[in-house]
Amino acid sequence: MADIGIPSDLSTGGSVRDVLTVESLAGPRNRAIKEQLIRGVFFLGAFVSIVISSLIVFSLVREAWTFMTQVDWNETWGQIGWFPRRGHYDMPTLLVSSLIVTVVAMLVAGPLGLGSAIYLSEYASRRTRSILKPILEVLAGVPSVVLGFFALVFISPQVIERIGRNGWLVIGAVILVAYLAFVVTWARKLVQREAGTDISTQVKRVLILTALVATALILIWWINDVAGSADPNSDEFFTVKRSGQLAAAAVGVGILTIPLVASVSEDALASVPKELRDASAGLGARKLATTVQVVLPAAVSGIVAAFIIGISRALGETMVVFMAGGAADAAPFTSSPFDGGLTMTAGMASLATGTDNVVGEGLTFQSLYFVGLVLFLLTLTLNVLAGRFVNRVREKY
Amino acid sequence: MRPSTIGNTGTAQRVEDEIFRQGRDLRGSGFRLLIFSALALSILILVVLIGQVLTDGWPVLSERFGDFWTGTLRSRSSDDSLGISQGLVGSFWIAVFVAVLAFPIGIAAAIYLEEYAPQNWVTKSLDIAIRNLAGVPSVVYGLLGLFLFVKLANDGQSALFAGGITLAILVLPIVVITSAEAIRAVPSSLREGAYGVGATKWDVIRSQVLPFAAPGILTGTLLSLSRAVGEAAPLILVGAITGRLAPRDGSFWGLEQFGDRFTAMPIIIVGWVQESGRDEGFGSAAGAAIVVLLGLVIAMNSVAVLLRNYFEKKRG
Repeated sequence: MADIGIPSDLSTGGSVRDVLTVESLAGPRNRAIKEQLIRGVFFLGAFVSIVISSLIVFSLVREAWTFMTQVDWNETWGQIGWFPRRGHYDMPTLLVSSLIVTVVAMLVAGPLGLGSAIYLSEYASRRTRSILKPILEVLAGVPSVVLGFFALVFISPQVIERIGRNGWLVIGAVILVAYLAFVVTWARKLVQREAGTDISTQVKRVLILTALVATALILIWWINDVAGSADPNSDEFFTVKRSGQLAAAAVGVGILTIPLVASVSEDALASVPKELRDASAGLGARKLATTVQVVLPAAVSGIVAAFIIGISRALGETMVVFMAGGAADAAPFTSSPFDGGLTMTAGMASLATGTDNVVGEGLTFQSLYFVGLVLFLLTLTLNVLAGRFVNRVREKY
Repeated sequence: MRPSTIGNTGTAQRVEDEIFRQGRDLRGSGFRLLIFSALALSILILVVLIGQVLTDGWPVLSERFGDFWTGTLRSRSSDDSLGISQGLVGSFWIAVFVAVLAFPIGIAAAIYLEEYAPQNWVTKSLDIAIRNLAGVPSVVYGLLGLFLFVKLANDGQSALFAGGITLAILVLPIVVITSAEAIRAVPSSLREGAYGVGATKWDVIRSQVLPFAAPGILTGTLLSLSRAVGEAAPLILVGAITGRLAPRDGSFWGLEQFGDRFTAMPIIIVGWVQESGRDEGFGSAAGAAIVVLLGLVIAMNSVAVLLRNYFEKKRG
């Protein structure tokens, strides 16, 4: 065998003419040890995440356990409201407010985020996209305190109070006109006996629409009644709390959530193979039909995931509700979005604000961790669920 | 009616309608308009927001901008020495904590997950832990910081180090996820080429993987830094000061302030917004402080996005 020029420290010793073995390629021992050490350092870095997760769970459970074992459970359900410094820990107050904020926020972020995603992914030219997408990313980077300020000084007086004064009349009129228009078209179709008109589906549609409109009207009446009863002498269409309401905060939270919903939905739309669109176009479908009947159904898991992630984000948003929610450190129970209130997150922040000593009745400090644990479990469930949906998209394409 | 080659007249009519109506696809253009207005509205909101903040902050920005940088927290908005210097110091040191703690640990974790991790239950649980940590609401990190660094480590007194470490923990999963994505994008041919000439794993990572992934990692770290600078909820929980904070005598660089009570830019904004109900001048001060914070955050994000686009283009 010819001398192939292996450095002597690589060979197993003796003459360089020895046969080259796997062991001789392994290199010096200290090189292997160094590699193991480096690997260990990187592993420690990764392990920190497990340590942090366990610490979060530990600190939440530890203090929440103290709360759960010592609290009088009557104080956590059916009380007048969330007054933690006086020992009233009414959970429905926080939960209902959180629900209101999340629902209203998603009413803003869902359509706007999904619409933006569809436009950017399916309609925008490359040039338009390269200009508009970075702007949307700027919106994603706006700190939540800025949105809190905006919700308090702009959304609350300019949008919510106006809706409170006369908006419901407009909304009610729009619903009624849309309803009448639909019924007229339906009647026309029936009279003309248009091809493809199936009477039973038409009747079903009208019934569903009637049910929807009725629900909407009942909802409006209920919100109106609940909020209106706060001040019977008011001559406004119904009463809106001044300087901050749950609805204003919720719209702010929704604005913060738009870019998140948009980017996750856009990823989902982008993962739909181009062949599906081409095949649809080949069958003669227009852009609208391709988008709505082919691309959206194909990306539906990802879009559902985007909405779930959005809900989880809205549920965990703190500062906007804290600043614009219209409540100080305590809040009576409310179910009206036009009233001031505290969500779970804002309740925690307002208890802890400006001080490092949470003072109050014996369990006030622990109540923070109880609420935190509830919030943690809720968002964890939502995130795991969203992860499942995202994986489904990945497996499909 | 046009002559048709298709037997069934109903179908023929339908097909021809579809073909010849191309020019006036009402529903199609309606839908296009609808989704475009969704995007336009989102951008319009951003414009209105910036306009609102600028007009609110204008009195302070135009009249006493110099004093505003060096001033401190005061109880009256008419006070000449009202300003944001304490918030700037706090936010600067929080950013340092994030850069020193979260960046190295996060990048190390990403390297481990992408380059070393074997397919086993340890790796799986690491992955699950990191993904779920990224979705935990920021207040919950505040609860962790309050328990660990304020109650246990510091006898219930709030301190700058508590806020800094809490925010470093908060952005850690973001650093890991973005860095891991950047490392995953490194072509495996680069690695194989390096192995082929006898490099060890560490040599490959140091000389091939990291240089290639650096722009992506840099973008991720910049984004997480701007997130940490704008974050308020965990700091509120940890006990950052919103009301009055006595000015410190020590220097800007003094390390002894890590144990002191602190505030930060977003916290100052929260405090002033709350005070604005009592004293309207604070609303204007809050607007001005937001202009400064927003400028900082948008600058960092823009640099990150530009860097990413630049390197994406360079690589084709």
